[in-house]
Amino acid sequence: MIELTLKHALADLEIDIRFSSSARCLALFGDSGAGKTTILNAIAGLLRPRHARIVLDNQILIDSAAGIDMPPAARGVGYVFQDGRLFPHLSVRGNLLYGAQARHRKAIQFERLVELLELGPLLDRRPHNLSGGERQRVAIGRALASEPRILLLDEPLTGLHHEARVQVLDHLRRLKQELHVATLLVSHQVDEVIALADEVIRVHAGTLSAQLDTAQFQRG
Amino acid sequence: MTALSIDEWQALALSLRVATLSVVVSLPFALGLAWLLSRRRFPGRLLIEALLFLPLTLPPVVTGYALLILFGRHGWIGESLAQIGIVFAFRWTGAVLAAAVMGFPLLVLSIRVAFDNVDQRLERAAETLGASAWRRFVTIVVPLSTRGIIAGSVLAFARAFGEFGATITFVSSIPGETRTLPIAIYELMSVSGGDAGVQRLTVVAFAVALAATITAAVFGGSLWGRRRDD
Repeated sequence: MIELTLKHALADLEIDIRFSSSARCLALFGDSGAGKTTILNAIAGLLRPRHARIVLDNQILIDSAAGIDMPPAARGVGYVFQDGRLFPHLSVRGNLLYGAQARHRKAIQFERLVELLELGPLLDRRPHNLSGGERQRVAIGRALASEPRILLLDEPLTGLHHEARVQVLDHLRRLKQELHVATLLVSHQVDEVIALADEVIRVHAGTLSAQLDTAQFQRG
Repeated sequence: MTALSIDEWQALALSLRVATLSVVVSLPFALGLAWLLSRRRFPGRLLIEALLFLPLTLPPVVTGYALLILFGRHGWIGESLAQIGIVFAFRWTGAVLAAAVMGFPLLVLSIRVAFDNVDQRLERAAETLGASAWRRFVTIVVPLSTRGIIAGSVLAFARAFGEFGATITFVSSIPGETRTLPIAIYELMSVSGGDAGVQRLTVVAFAVALAATITAAVFGGSLWGRRRDD
């Protein structure tokens, strides 16, 4: 369950959006430059919005009016960045365990994630020895291994060639079935949204243009 | 060329010890200051940067005199430290302090450049994974700056190894205590028959300095205008 109100000015875009959803996988769909990533960054706490109120499962992440602003490290989001951002000096295993170690917890899901994402043979490799699709799977695994309350996927399939794209999409679908982690997917690809989302928010020029269930979205 | 005399060995050993310790002692401070300069905007930053470079621009004898005023037996800070048993004046520890001060700018500068080159998006990623500022520093920033930290340490070591002016002003020349290799060379020059010793120690100084600059160039690619390869 997420409730979000966000007002924020970027250099070339004014974001003014408000929505709430209890969909397990909610997609933010729209052209690039519509402000979708900014919304994810606001949820993760990576930007200082002009005005925001974001509530995740009854916990206030930020409420500018009330002076509440949780630090990113405490928000418990698993962010899969569009540009990967795997730690280049750590092995795949080191990357996957980073979140659990940072939070001084045991990585309970580790074995399961390695299996679901088929990362076993890659565990001792460094990120620069991975293909694009492998890197993205590790990034997804790293975010999930931190046991987030919400998974933020920013264009997770962009930049992958066709085969890798199909494969990663397949993994994402399996994870959705197996793990039941609330997910916010940012995408401008219709097939991705249809494959993964339960509900879709169309974002246009920083505002909400429609909130649809996936069937409505599919009809156009 | 003949082997080093006992006195020359003593001077060399002292210089190596002083230079090594000066880097070890100043490294934590340099890491902290480099991080502040690289990652934080705060009032007085410019002043700190200016002060940081003073040891590079001041005549070393002036730095040595300033150390004497501050850390001498009756110095502003030295007097209080002496009460708890920490004495710098005319001790080898004072030579370490002088060497540390002179090498500090090079150390901070190299590390700061390395920190600047670390992709801050990785730190943001670590932050979303729950890492505190300290953990991000230890697990992301420092490991990705290893080459710059090594390069800076080696340069600071070389600078400390060659330190003369501030050291002789602050702690004078006491054999086995503060007579480092450069001071030994200087003194041998004014002794009749000291030429051979001067030449031997000069060769040693050349070798150490060259090894240090080569090591720094190998590790500090970015400092020397090359892209780091990791």
